[in-house]
Amino acid sequence: MAGKVKWVTDIEKSVLINNFEKRGWIQVAENEDWNFYWMSVQTIRNVFSVETGYRLSDDQIVNHFPNHYELTRKDLMVKNIKRYRKELEKEGSPLAEKDENGKYIYLDFVPVTFMLPADYNLFVEEFRKNPSSTWIMKPCGKAQGKGIFLINKLSQIKKWSRDSKTSSYKLGFCRFCTVKYTPSTSELDNMFVHLTNVAIQKHGDDYNHIHGGKWTVSNLRLYLESTRGKEVTNKLFDEIHWIIVQSLKAVAPVMNNDKHCFECYGYDIIIDDKLKPWLIEVNASPSLTSSTANDRILKYNLINDTLNIAVPNGEIPDCKWNKSPPKEVLGNYEVLYDEEMAQSDGPDRDLRSRPGQSTGVKGNRARDSGKPVLTTWK
Amino acid sequence: MLDPDSGISLTIARIVQRLKGSSLHSQLERQARVSLHKPEIKLESLKEDIKDFLKTSGWEKKLQNAVYSQLNVFPSPCHPAAPPEHMKEPLAYMRKAQGSWEKRILKSLNSMCTELGIPLAQKRPASEQKELLNKWNEMGTDEPDLSLFRPVYAPKDFLEVLMNLRNPNYENGDQPSFRNHLGLIQVPLKVKDIPELKEDFTELGLNIGQLGIDDSAQVPPEFFENEHVRVGQKVLAEQDSAAAQQYVRQGCPTALRADLWALILNISNQPEDILYYEQLKSNVIQHDLLVDSLIYKDVKLTASNDDYYFVFEDYLYQVLLCFSRDTSVLEHFTYSSATPPKSYIRGKLGMEEYAVFYPPNGVIPFHGFSMYVAPLCFLYHEPSKLYQIFREMYVRFFFRLHSISSHPSGIVSLCLLFETLLQTHLPQLFYHLREIGAQPLRISFKWMVRAFSGYLATDQLLLLWDRILGYNSLEILAVLAAAVFAFRAVNLMEVTSLAAAEAVLADLSTLKVMPLLQIFLFATVT
Repeated sequence: MAGKVKWVTDIEKSVLINNFEKRGWIQVAENEDWNFYWMSVQTIRNVFSVETGYRLSDDQIVNHFPNHYELTRKDLMVKNIKRYRKELEKEGSPLAEKDENGKYIYLDFVPVTFMLPADYNLFVEEFRKNPSSTWIMKPCGKAQGKGIFLINKLSQIKKWSRDSKTSSYKLGFCRFCTVKYTPSTSELDNMFVHLTNVAIQKHGDDYNHIHGGKWTVSNLRLYLESTRGKEVTNKLFDEIHWIIVQSLKAVAPVMNNDKHCFECYGYDIIIDDKLKPWLIEVNASPSLTSSTANDRILKYNLINDTLNIAVPNGEIPDCKWNKSPPKEVLGNYEVLYDEEMAQSDGPDRDLRSRPGQSTGVKGNRARDSGKPVLTTWK
Repeated sequence: MLDPDSGISLTIARIVQRLKGSSLHSQLERQARVSLHKPEIKLESLKEDIKDFLKTSGWEKKLQNAVYSQLNVFPSPCHPAAPPEHMKEPLAYMRKAQGSWEKRILKSLNSMCTELGIPLAQKRPASEQKELLNKWNEMGTDEPDLSLFRPVYAPKDFLEVLMNLRNPNYENGDQPSFRNHLGLIQVPLKVKDIPELKEDFTELGLNIGQLGIDDSAQVPPEFFENEHVRVGQKVLAEQDSAAAQQYVRQGCPTALRADLWALILNISNQPEDILYYEQLKSNVIQHDLLVDSLIYKDVKLTASNDDYYFVFEDYLYQVLLCFSRDTSVLEHFTYSSATPPKSYIRGKLGMEEYAVFYPPNGVIPFHGFSMYVAPLCFLYHEPSKLYQIFREMYVRFFFRLHSISSHPSGIVSLCLLFETLLQTHLPQLFYHLREIGAQPLRISFKWMVRAFSGYLATDQLLLLWDRILGYNSLEILAVLAAAVFAFRAVNLMEVTSLAAAEAVLADLSTLKVMPLLQIFLFATVT
C-alpha cells in the first residue's frame, strides 16, 4: 500500500520544490500528517526541543540532526575535534602521532581559531606573538563569504566593530601558521582581492552574475593535475576526504544518532600554497539560493541525489530499513566511509565503532563540497 | 614541376639559414668545443667523434626537434623563382581581399583613436610606471573606464567579408541550383571529403584507443589508459618532438599534457627566454599602447565572465600586453597572408623613415582574442612559459583563424569544409536550416574562429587541441562543427527560426568531443 510521500518545507526554494513535485509527492501543512520535512535550522531546534518538541514516528524523516551544531558551530566543532584528538592520543592510536615540533601529523587540519568577542584577550595575546601574520575575519552565520576580510593590525578590528551594526553576532576568525605578509595596507587589499577572487568580488554589488565567483572542484582538479601532477592532486583530494571523515568521527559520539534524520553538510575548506587543506567550518544549511544558472542546475542535482539516497525509491520512509544506498542511486555522491564496512575490516582501522550506528551522512558531494576558497598560489 | 632533389636542398638551405645564429647554434658550438677535452674525442676521427658525442649527450635530439619545428611551421617553397608574397598567399584575389580587410581594420582603429583623442602609443609617466609594476600580478583588480572603447571588430564582421569573397577568374555560368554550393562561402577552394579525412585522421578510428573515450570511468584502465600513460612518459624521457606529435593524436594524459605540448612546440624556457619575457614586461611598464585598452576590454567582456577562465584574468593581461610588444612575432608574416599595419610618428605621416608597425607585433586584437590564451592557463602557471607557449600556438595555428588565405587550415577553407561536409552528409538538415534563414555557418563560425575556446568544457577543449597539435592542422575544427550539427540534427530539424537554431546550439559545455568526432568520421552511414 504505497501512498505518496507527503512533504512540508519552510524554505521556499525552487530547487527543493521542483524536486518534490517531480517525484509526485504531495505538499501538506506542518500540522498535518507528513513524511518528509525539509526544515530550516531554526525549525529543527523547535522540533527537538525539550519543551515543545515532539516524537517522530517511523514514517517521518527530517533533514537535520537535532544536535548538528556540534559540527556546524565553529567553537563546538573545534572543541570536539580537540577532544577527539586527545582521546586518540590517550588510546595510543597511530592516528594521533605527532611530529618533532609537537604537531599532529594526520590530524592538524583546523587552523588556530578564536571566537570574538569572547576570546578577545586570548586572541590579542596570540596576535602579539606573531605580529606580522595576517588573520582572516569571518562572521559566523553569514552565508557565501560576504563579510569576510583580512586584518594585520589590531586597530582594524576596532574599526570594524565600530562600523558594523552586527556586533551582536558572534565572530570567528582564523590564522594560517605559515603566512606572513608585509604590513603595507595596499598590499593587504590586493592580497585580499586575490584571496577571495573565487569567493566574492571586491565590491559586493559587482558580484558577477554569470559565474558567481565560483570555480568547480572539477576545474580545480584539472588545473592541479595539469600543473602539479596526478600524485599531488590525488593527495590533496584524499586529504580533503580525510578531513571530512575525521571531523564526522570526532562528533559521532556526541551526535544524537536519530534514525529519523539525515543531513547534507557544506564543508568550507581553504587550500594553502603548499596544497594543504584546512577545515574552516561546516554548514548545516548550505545555501539553496541559486545565484547563477549553473548554480541552479548544480543545486537541483544535489537535492535530487540527496533525496534519492535519503528516501529510496521515493516511497514512504521507514526508519527501520537498511541505510546503505545501492551504487546506482548515489548520483554525484561518493561513499567516503561506511562504518559497518570499516568495522568488519578489523579493529586497527576503525576507532570508535558503535555497532549498529551509522553517522547517517553517507559521504559528501564529490563535486563542489562547500565553496573552496583559494589562497594565493604564490 | 620542381625537381624533388632541388626541392629538398632548397628546404635544407632555408632551415640552415634560419637556425644559423640562433641560440641553439651557439650552444651546439660550445658543446662541441667543450667535448674536445674528453678522452673519447680523437684528432684523427674528430668529426665522427664529435657527432657521436652530440648524439649521446642529447644535443642531436634538440637539433632534430628544432628542424622538425621549422618544417612544421614554415611551408615548403613552391618554386625558387616564386616571389615572397607567394609564400604568404599564392592566390592574388585572396591577397587583395586580405589587404582591403586590413585597411578597414586600421581605419577603424585610427578613427577610434582620433575620436577618443588618445595616441596609439605614449610613454608612461614615472609614477604610473611604478604603480603598474606594483600591481603587475593583480591587474585584474583594476577597473579602468573602458566604456568608450569598442572592439575593433567581432567575428561576425569578419564573416560578412568572407561571404563576399569571389574569385574573379571563376565564372560559374550556371543558374544557382541544388547542384551548386548552397552555403555562404562562394570560392572554389579544394577541401577534403570524408574518405580523405578518414585517412588523415586514422588514429581517431574506432579500433584505436583514445583519451576522451577509452579512459572513461566504465573502462578498466588496463585496457588502454595505463599503457598510454606509460608510452607518454617514455616519449617525454626521449625528448623527441616528432614522437610526441604522433603520440598526442590519441590524446594527452592530464599530468603529461603541459610537457608534451612544450615538446611539440619546441619550448624549453631557457634563461634567455625568461629574460626576453622580462624585457617585454618592462616595455609594457614603460609605454602605454591604445591596444592595451582593447585587450583590457576584451578580457573583461569574455574571459572574466567565463565559468572556467575567470580565475586567470591576471595571467591574461600578463600574456597579452607583452604579446602586443613582441616584435619577434613579426616573423610569422612571412608565411601569413596578413601584413602588419603601419603607423607613423606624429607629424610624419607618409614618411617611410618614420613608419613603425603598430602594434609592435603587428596583430590587432579582436573581440574574443583573449580566449586563445585562456585554456593554456590550465596548463602553465609560470608566466614566461605560458607566454611562450601561447606565442608559438599563435604563430603556428591561431593566426590562420582571422586572416584571409587559401591555406587548408585557414578560416576560409575551414568554413568551406564545414559547409561541404554538412551539405554532403546531412543534406536535409542543411536545406531545412537554409530555408528558415539559419545558414549553419552563421552559428558555427564563432566556434571555429575561437577554436571552440569558451564553448566546450575545458577538459574537452584540451583533448581537441591535443589533436590540433598532433595533426598540425585546424581542419578538425570544421569536422567537429559538422559533428555537433549531426548530433543535434533531430532538434534542429524542428526549429523554425535562426534564433531557435541558435538556442539549440547555445550550450556545448556538456558535449564529449572525441565520441562525436569518431562517430561522424567513422561510424556514419553515408
